[in-house]
Amino acid sequence: MTYTTAIFYFFAAILVFAGMRVVTARNPVHAALFLVLAFFTAAGLWILLEAEFLAITLVLVYVGAVMVLFLFVVMMLDIKLDKLREGFWDYLPLAGFVSVLLVIEMALILGSRHFGLEVMGTPAPHPADYSNTKELGRLLYTDYVYAFELAAVILLVAIVAAIALTLRRRKDSKYIDPAAQSRVKRNDRLRIVKMQAEKGPGARGQGSGEEGA
Amino acid sequence: MRDSLIQFAPVLPEIFVLAMVSLILLVDAAVDDGKRAIAYVLSLVTLAGAAFLTVRDFSTMPLLALGGLFIDDPLADVLKLFLYLSVAAVLVYSRGYLRERGLYKGEFFVLALFALLGMMVMVSASHFLTLYLGLELLSLSLYAMVALRRDSSMATEAAMKYFVLGALASGMLLYGMSMVYGVTGSLALGDIAQNLADGTDLRIPLVFGIVFIVAGVAFKLGAVPFHMWVPDVYHGAPTAMTLFIGSAPKIAAFAFAVRILGQGLESQVAEWRDMLVILAVLSMAVGNIAAIAQSNLKRMFAYSTISHMGFMLLGILAGSQNGYGSAMFYVLVYTLMSLGGFGMILLLSRAGFEADQLDDFKGLNRRSPWLAFLMLLLMFSMAGIPPTVGFYAKLAVLQAVVEIGYVWLAVAAVLFSLVGAFYYLRVVKLMYFDAPHDTAPILARPDARLIMSANGLAVLALGILPQPLMAICVTAIGASF
Repeated sequence: MTYTTAIFYFFAAILVFAGMRVVTARNPVHAALFLVLAFFTAAGLWILLEAEFLAITLVLVYVGAVMVLFLFVVMMLDIKLDKLREGFWDYLPLAGFVSVLLVIEMALILGSRHFGLEVMGTPAPHPADYSNTKELGRLLYTDYVYAFELAAVILLVAIVAAIALTLRRRKDSKYIDPAAQSRVKRNDRLRIVKMQAEKGPGARGQGSGEEGA
Repeated sequence: MRDSLIQFAPVLPEIFVLAMVSLILLVDAAVDDGKRAIAYVLSLVTLAGAAFLTVRDFSTMPLLALGGLFIDDPLADVLKLFLYLSVAAVLVYSRGYLRERGLYKGEFFVLALFALLGMMVMVSASHFLTLYLGLELLSLSLYAMVALRRDSSMATEAAMKYFVLGALASGMLLYGMSMVYGVTGSLALGDIAQNLADGTDLRIPLVFGIVFIVAGVAFKLGAVPFHMWVPDVYHGAPTAMTLFIGSAPKIAAFAFAVRILGQGLESQVAEWRDMLVILAVLSMAVGNIAAIAQSNLKRMFAYSTISHMGFMLLGILAGSQNGYGSAMFYVLVYTLMSLGGFGMILLLSRAGFEADQLDDFKGLNRRSPWLAFLMLLLMFSMAGIPPTVGFYAKLAVLQAVVEIGYVWLAVAAVLFSLVGAFYYLRVVKLMYFDAPHDTAPILARPDARLIMSANGLAVLALGILPQPLMAICVTAIGASF
């Protein structure tokens, strides 16, 4: 076993373990943290594949931004996991049987017999000055520009959908309308009431007397 | 420069639609609730403009563009024109319904056009990447459209089911695509076809990948045993969204299946034919038999969709140009009938009344003889009774199946169609021989009535003269394969 193979198995074992724990952890915060671990080890595997840029992006974007956001959401929500897990044990035998079967079938097909190093061969390593990032950028903006733009459109749809589904004007919550704020005229807010000038404390009784009459 | 402007010419309809959606998004944010008609008119203008661009640059032979991700061939152009037509019909039918239910908002039009863009990308994709991205663009828009009616728990539930199962199906599809990539070393359909034609040592992984791809495609088509989402989504979604889901996306799903199976994995027809046979027979059986038990018309149409998709798969599994042509004819005709069927529910609905129960169609003949007649034509066509076009569509598909020697399959298809005729004719019986259940006047708008008349009569006219449409389908398939 070479040095890289050892590293691969190390990361792969952690990845599988973390993936299992994401599903089985009782506490949703723990599950999210295990997902962070899974992303991190997956990034390690990508480094082994010489995909440095993707690996760093995975850590920066997913671990650094998405998962932190996710953690916040999980902490804000009051999720009753026990209720969600109702029926878990009832389904476990069938689900377990199906998944074990799937894993065995996939292992038979995806094993080294078909995709092993003897069949596929080791790709030649890139020279030290090869820039993964530059190559990725070049491909994204030339050959795959159409797919790149489509991905952007999908994100736009996600924004539109998220706003359409969640934005609601609640009558019981107070909110500020900046347009109305800046349109407001003096007369809308301030009412000038004409009153007779008062002549000092001594004259008050006399004045009120006149009003009453 | 390798990429010149000429490369963008075939993509003009897509670019135009995207630009117009962005414009509608901005315009709609600026106008207040009374002027939503602007978004409606702009959407129709978008469809007309895209149709103009597609017709102007109609291609006579396949042309790859944008680094081989995009293909402009007669098949794509013909299907795009039908996509525009069906989306336009959806917009006209659903206008009154949406307005009465507070859904007449810019988001509906924006999401519908985004879905259209996704479908356009799918029909002219020549690469796994664009096929997948187009599918996701379509699906994401559809999930949001189903959930748009937030105060209805049924719509939310339908959207949730659709979303979760749709994500699962996308995962399977991607997994299958990655297997095929592992075997052939390419994601472009042309390269895949070429690599596989030379033969491969990796047969088992390839078949493994095809299984996942077929499962993903079957899910999107709603074929049994991947159909469980169809009745719930059709039933739970607001009828206008059901109309949308039940029409144009079927055309895109057909293109999706034909592009992957017929163009990319053409040489593996022996592998995927058996899978499609199972899917088709199960779909026709479950769809037709389960539809009998439904009392809700939307749910009944959902099961009918499943059976029709099974029938359409018969054409694809023939694996011949004749088969693809007849499947294309079938899916276009199905879209027309589906538009009419759901459109009729929309026409009969009014504020606070959905008209989606079978009983709501009782005695329709006494309330509106013309609408009852149109519905009669649509039901006859769905059942496959001559002289409507449904008969001819079924006949063409069966011919293709018999050609490859699967006579038993054709016999089974006819038997299941006979079962299906029962529940279509039941609707006709309710309309003509039962006393009206509901006597309120029908408040359909004149424009929707006009489109409905055109829709119903088209089913009859195409049934009497099917040759022009059939010729279009055969030529498009012939020039694209």
